[in-house]
Amino acid sequence: MCFTQNFWSLLISGLADGFLYALIALGYTLVYGVLQLINFAHSEVFMSGGFAGYFVLQATLGSHTTSGWGSVGYVALGIAAGAAGGGVVAFLLERVAYRPLRRRKAPRLAFLISAIGASYFLYNIAGKEFGHNALEIPAPFTNLPWFSIFGAPVQAYYVVIAIAAISMLLLVDRVVSSTKLGKGIRAVAQDAETASLMGVNINRIISQTFVLGGLLGGAAGFLFGLNAGVVYTMGFTPALKAFTAAVLGGIGNVRGAMLGGLVLGIAENLPMGCVQTAWRDVIAYGILAIVLLFRPTGILGERLGRAA
Amino acid sequence: MSDPLELTEIPERTVTSAALPPDQRTPWHKVVHNDDVRRLFACVIGGFVLALMTGPEGDGINMLSGVDGALRFPHLGICLALTVGLWVLITVRHRFGERARTASARVSALPARLLPNAKFRGLALVALLALAIVYPAHLNGYWQSVLVQQVGIYVLLAIGLNVVVGYAGLLDLGYIAFFAIGAYSDAFWTGALPIHPPANLNPFWVIPIAIATAMLAGVILGVPTLRLRGDYLAIVTLGFGEIIQIVAINLQGVTGGAIGTGTIRHFALHVLGINYVWGLDPLPYYYLLLVFVVLALFAFHSLEHSRIGRAWAAIREDEIAAEASGINVLKYKVMAFAIGASTSGFAGTLVASQIRFFEPGDFTVQLSILILVLVIFGGMGSLPGAVVGAAVLEWLPQYLHVHPLFGFQQQDLYIYFGAILILMMIFRPEGLIPSRRRRIELGLAEHGIGTADAMTAGASPSEPAGLP
Repeated sequence: MCFTQNFWSLLISGLADGFLYALIALGYTLVYGVLQLINFAHSEVFMSGGFAGYFVLQATLGSHTTSGWGSVGYVALGIAAGAAGGGVVAFLLERVAYRPLRRRKAPRLAFLISAIGASYFLYNIAGKEFGHNALEIPAPFTNLPWFSIFGAPVQAYYVVIAIAAISMLLLVDRVVSSTKLGKGIRAVAQDAETASLMGVNINRIISQTFVLGGLLGGAAGFLFGLNAGVVYTMGFTPALKAFTAAVLGGIGNVRGAMLGGLVLGIAENLPMGCVQTAWRDVIAYGILAIVLLFRPTGILGERLGRAA
Repeated sequence: MSDPLELTEIPERTVTSAALPPDQRTPWHKVVHNDDVRRLFACVIGGFVLALMTGPEGDGINMLSGVDGALRFPHLGICLALTVGLWVLITVRHRFGERARTASARVSALPARLLPNAKFRGLALVALLALAIVYPAHLNGYWQSVLVQQVGIYVLLAIGLNVVVGYAGLLDLGYIAFFAIGAYSDAFWTGALPIHPPANLNPFWVIPIAIATAMLAGVILGVPTLRLRGDYLAIVTLGFGEIIQIVAINLQGVTGGAIGTGTIRHFALHVLGINYVWGLDPLPYYYLLLVFVVLALFAFHSLEHSRIGRAWAAIREDEIAAEASGINVLKYKVMAFAIGASTSGFAGTLVASQIRFFEPGDFTVQLSILILVLVIFGGMGSLPGAVVGAAVLEWLPQYLHVHPLFGFQQQDLYIYFGAILILMMIFRPEGLIPSRRRRIELGLAEHGIGTADAMTAGASPSEPAGLP
């Protein structure tokens, strides 16, 4: 029985992947909520977060090692740097690739194309400036097993991801459900025209939504890079899967994106006891195709306006 | 990263603030909201971005060495001079440009006056065709192979994708997957794969089979996904392109895996007493390609003006209205998708036969985007646009690469293509040589009439094309 082999350790790594997908998927879902557009360049927001975290840790930690509260501090610093990098890139992205088109009421195809252009521009220029090889983020902690669940060891990396992601997910849920910004986002998602009549500054809300998604995506980029390293093409696959997760949960639905991320992470990792690792991506894209065919509105249904 | 976005503002002749009474003048801290100053700001940022784009490579070990090298004086100065010069041009044109504008309008109206003349157009086409037949024979070997592998193949791919994106308004990001399917069918039927075909075919008869296989793949992928909302199609096709590549790498027993195929036989024709084998020389392949490009141009041109073409136009302009008028939307969408797929499949066969070897790494998603750039640059829905766009954008990087003065790096290509996509969407979404109908549609869509793409229909009700 290949499914029961390594079940618990596969479940743990699936959960860790799932948390990252959930963080990235939120960026897709928030932007989709307010614009009804898929942000094709979100993968590069993720990548920028990874590079920002790399540069800040390289400058501060360098080749030193640290432990205890020092580790906590450096991880927090890296997450903050990643979030800042992602937020800035998302802000610029909205300004350059979306706002001029929105002002002109361009057709939807034009938005997709300019976002694809931005994506290619960003990751190729990152490759040019920062080299085409993967760079290793200086490790703020030693990745040893902390404890075990049913005999499956849980590495420090997984604990870090779980704590960071859960706190960020809870925070975003609060932001969307009970702050002024969240109210604005939900209003624009429900009916942009009416919201603007009620005094909501749509341009500002859209910009802030991009930044909010960028903060999460950038932080996820750093967390991803801690284990896998950062490279200019790192965004493509995780972002495509996170998009799958957003659709799986119901695009435009904040809690749907979180749930979808976790479900996808687990679903693509559990069969790894049976097939080679190379097929993991095929499983994820297969799930995407099946969801789109049979339930295109996802598990929890669409609509950001009703999400919280 | 910021390109000069504010240039889009079509200015409503702003009154210069000096002409106003003092209390209505722009206060100094709001001077940035003056259009000219905003444009200047965007142009300066554009200059820095240009300096980064054209600057030296960085390596990441030495942090920011690339950025540092790019922002040195002579280089940065040239880039800033270029973009600020552009700003001066634009400003002068806005301020005093009445005469310049009429002059440029007269020049750009020239082809429009000549082209509707059928006699002139026919002559021009014959002359172009004659040039396309005679000229390549005088090129040297390097440019001949560029002509086949870069220009010719991509012209064919671009006019195929033009049917999907331009005519039917569907965004297909997995276009290269059909190219791969065509190439692998060729390899399969000529016995270059680890699994053996039921019968070894004459390599020339592989062409119709490969076309049919790619078309079938297009239909199989299209029927379920084309029911969906248009932007999901982009994602699914992107995923499909990835899946094809992953499968090709990992099914080693069938495809030969990451190391690629065995040697593929060249095309050969043995029929009616003719015995001809296409060899290593690119020129015969060029002529074969030319025949197919001309055939495809002719076929797609007739399609555009047929009942089918009108159905595509109706679907991309307003899918719901088209459906209400009795057009079988799914059928026509699948048809466009399959025609695009088969064109791509044929191009794959031809490349496989000429280069005689390929590997899964040749079919990256980047290539799908590249072909999309060619179509958008030339003009969505415009056949001359697709041909000229593909020819220029494929030839120019090669020229700049070989030319000693520029020394253009091939790996930088996609930086420029990404920038082209954004700039085209901001400033000239209808492309270099726009199709007249498509330009009108884009204009209408901006006034809230119609959608100009098949992006809205499907699982969800029609949505507004962007927010106000």
